Amino acid sequence: MNFNAWALTLVVFIPLVGLGFVLLVPKEDEKSIKGVTLLATIASFGVSLYVLVHWVGNKFYETDKLTAFVSEHGGKHPFEVNKPWIDVINSNFHIDADGLGLPLMVLSTFITLLCVVYSWNHFPEPHNPKAFLALVLLLEVGMNGTFVAQDLILFFIFFEIVLLPMYFMIGVWGGPNREYASIKFFLFTLFGSAFMLLGFLALYFKGGRTFDIAELMASPEIAEMARSTQLLIFGGLALGFAIKVPMFPFHTWLPDAHTEAPTVGSVLLAAILLKLGTYGFVKIALPILPEAADTYAPWIGGLAVIGIIYGALGCLAQTDLKRLIAFSSVAHMGFVMLGIASGTTFGINAAVFGMVAHGLITGMLFFIAGSVQHTFHTRELSRLGGLLTQAPKMGWILGFCAMASLGLPGLAGFWGEFPAILSAFNPAESIDKTELFRGYMVIAAVGTVLAAGYLLWMLQKVVFGTPKDEWADTEIHDVSKAEWIAWLPILGLIVVLGVYPNFLFKLTDSPVTQLFGG
Amino acid sequence: MLALAVDLTKNPSFDWHAFAPEIALVGTILAVLLADLIWPGRSAFQTSRIASIGVLISLIPVLTLAQDGVNRSSFGGAYMVDNYALALKAFFLIATYVTILISVNYIGEGDYYQSEFYFLLLTSVLGMTVMASARDLISIFVALETISIPTYVLAGFRKHDRKSNEAGIKYYVIGAVSSALMLYGMSFIYGVTGSTLLSSIAEALSGNPDGTALVAVGVFLSIVGFAFKVSAFPFHWWAPDTYEGSPSPVTAFLSVASKAGGFVALLNIIFFGFHAQPNTYWWVVVWFLAAASMTWGNLGALKQTNIVRMLAYSSIAQGGFMLVPFAAYGIATRGAGTNAADVAVSAFQSVVIYLLVYGVMNLGAFAVVIAIARRTRSGEISSYDGLFSYSPGLAVIMSLFLASLAGIPPVAGWFAKFTMFRAAIEAGGGWGVSLALIAGVNSVIAAFYYLNVVRSMWFKPAGADAVAAKTPAPLSAAIAICTVGVVAVGVYPQIFGKIAELVTTAG
Repeated sequence: MNFNAWALTLVVFIPLVGLGFVLLVPKEDEKSIKGVTLLATIASFGVSLYVLVHWVGNKFYETDKLTAFVSEHGGKHPFEVNKPWIDVINSNFHIDADGLGLPLMVLSTFITLLCVVYSWNHFPEPHNPKAFLALVLLLEVGMNGTFVAQDLILFFIFFEIVLLPMYFMIGVWGGPNREYASIKFFLFTLFGSAFMLLGFLALYFKGGRTFDIAELMASPEIAEMARSTQLLIFGGLALGFAIKVPMFPFHTWLPDAHTEAPTVGSVLLAAILLKLGTYGFVKIALPILPEAADTYAPWIGGLAVIGIIYGALGCLAQTDLKRLIAFSSVAHMGFVMLGIASGTTFGINAAVFGMVAHGLITGMLFFIAGSVQHTFHTRELSRLGGLLTQAPKMGWILGFCAMASLGLPGLAGFWGEFPAILSAFNPAESIDKTELFRGYMVIAAVGTVLAAGYLLWMLQKVVFGTPKDEWADTEIHDVSKAEWIAWLPILGLIVVLGVYPNFLFKLTDSPVTQLFGG
Repeated sequence: MLALAVDLTKNPSFDWHAFAPEIALVGTILAVLLADLIWPGRSAFQTSRIASIGVLISLIPVLTLAQDGVNRSSFGGAYMVDNYALALKAFFLIATYVTILISVNYIGEGDYYQSEFYFLLLTSVLGMTVMASARDLISIFVALETISIPTYVLAGFRKHDRKSNEAGIKYYVIGAVSSALMLYGMSFIYGVTGSTLLSSIAEALSGNPDGTALVAVGVFLSIVGFAFKVSAFPFHWWAPDTYEGSPSPVTAFLSVASKAGGFVALLNIIFFGFHAQPNTYWWVVVWFLAAASMTWGNLGALKQTNIVRMLAYSSIAQGGFMLVPFAAYGIATRGAGTNAADVAVSAFQSVVIYLLVYGVMNLGAFAVVIAIARRTRSGEISSYDGLFSYSPGLAVIMSLFLASLAGIPPVAGWFAKFTMFRAAIEAGGGWGVSLALIAGVNSVIAAFYYLNVVRSMWFKPAGADAVAAKTPAPLSAAIAICTVGVVAVGVYPQIFGKIAELVTTAG
């Protein structure tokens, strides 16, 4: 048996096997439930790491190395699986790793593993680790699957699988306003994906009756398609992805969902789920419909910079720590979308980097917000203060993450943000709106100043100053052991990617050049 | 005497094998009736056992016929046994088996006449199996009445309950009116084409006979008649009252099997008969029925507080979704109709797949509703509060069924919805795309009220007196069958895809 041929299948479905075992364990035996979940997430992460190491070791990020491998192996990519699935609609179980999906898949298994570690002693009310961890595992199946799917229907299925677990996670373990937040999250996303599915179907019928992403990209029928049809289809796809990102003005579900979700839910939502949308743009919408993408680019870029400014201003108006981080997500995803809208390899490389960096940094910020709430039972900025004297370690970590988030050079956030802004200076020639994009660039640059503003303001409120009197008699715990184990790897990665960004750019550059270089 | 029987089996004009499922069913019906006469007052579960075993026995010849794979035509083409008919017969019989499993304890423990109940149920099923094969206006009508008349009585089966009486009367009056309309319409078509055989009607209509207007009236009236049967807007208003008033197992049966009977009749009539005449604009009528049914059904369901009424409105909306492929096919037959043949295949597949998937998920949902009502004695959605905390298994399974009804992967419903969208987009054009968009928006609305129940079960705290009730074995079996079906089809839709492929080779 060739392990490589099974590797991606294992990454996606090990969590499902783990889920099966979790369901078999009685509810009272919490130790075994946590053990099984940990094992499953470690195994899934291990295999995804193996894929990454194998990829880097064989230098598959170099286009000629990869093509050499492909021609040696009868047109098959290193980890490709392509088996018939639903013949009646010509849909195949086609999964594959590429430089775009691979980093995000590893990010997904990595963050999920750390979430399981973090929740070890941190289960939010109403407790019930069995159901909680089962949902985390189901969520992981959907997230991992989306990043390897090469067939639109398969992509759609994985894209949708994440809905229900996240809905339950917010609705059962969430804050006081959880019922509203969970249904809002669900309906918004479902609305988008309904249009996305219609777009997929239109691609199928207009593009030579295939759901295979690679075949659709090469389809002559799509190249000859009437412009109006292209625009219509792109609109459907873009609506589905934009709601997931979320772009302004579809972002309103995000602050609610983030604020109400339990810590682990917020982390997964910010770190991975939002990337499903941006990944969809880069992987599906842009490469298959490049002309329509050029037409939409000024609009997408415009919404992106509105998102940057709006998100930043929104942050300044918040009184709740988690809600503030949620709005900062809107702003950061704006930078990612600006890079995508530029249509250049430079901008899209930056966008993918931005996705990973935002996943790590904002995920980390939500972890801290969760721990702050766990300790103080409040996230009200006005009641917090002086974290550095109460829990110095946590204070320093929060400060570090805020610096990373505002794009300090040397940390991961910089390499997502700065090149994205630069890319707007010279958008793809086919877009033919250079002046407009330069305007966007200026606005986005103002956005970074605002980002520094709200993050430093947040630090001042939470980290500096003197503790409020109400906490005088409370015993405050600093970072716990489980938290250290969960957080150190993320903090390390933020530094590593900041110092040596080329590790990630190396991976993404070849597929990005292939898709958008021509 | 024996010689005569031998002679009859040899007579090629009567294909015994083709009719074996119906014959077995008739035998079961008689056995159920006689058993009560011969051993009155024996074990309360005696007749249900006979009925369920009989249904399973009737399934055997369906399988042997499918194995055989020959298309058998009887009575000059009025009665066809092909893959399509067999797939639907198998579905009807399995759905009936599940219905019996659901009914056993409900009927056995309540104050009901046992053998009469199963007698009526099986007679209605007999009509359905005949309907699957009917390719002639007369046999379609007879089959439809055989399906309907026993269900009028079943709806009013709780004799001393006013709501049940209302359910029965309403259903009966509407049924009679719609039958009359349908017959009236059929008479026009017969008048113009000179035949009741669907294949001859199609042939005559494709020649554009004189009297297109008359055909249009005939087609319109027949479609309206069927719209009553499948409770499409604006002929839907009997459904919520009838569903709420009927005994719950009967409601499950009505919403699934009986509705499917109506849809099969519509499939037969449109795909084998009327399709050749797009100039009668029958497809515009179906387009509006589809769009209005989904929208109205969903909007109606939004404000329901009783789960059975909610499922009634949801079944109106689901009926609207099922009408979409019909409209798609009609749209494709317009003008040059270059892709009509392709769309015919997708649309036909889609309706069959949707019917099968809908049957499994809706029966499952009703089975859980009945299981929960055993404890709460209530159909209010608020009585589902906190179900997850004291009966997590049922809550998870009910969530699966509701997610499937909402069309959320990876449970079966998504595939049914997907094929429906596929047919509409393939038909294309303004009519096709707009219908697909309407359906898309409607699936989002529908998700809201399905999730409302989920919310109740998972997010709300349980009442103080909430305890898990034991679910009797037959009911558990019914729930298990439907759960396995919903998950298996959702993850690997190719199982149903295979059936659909077989079906189209016949159509």
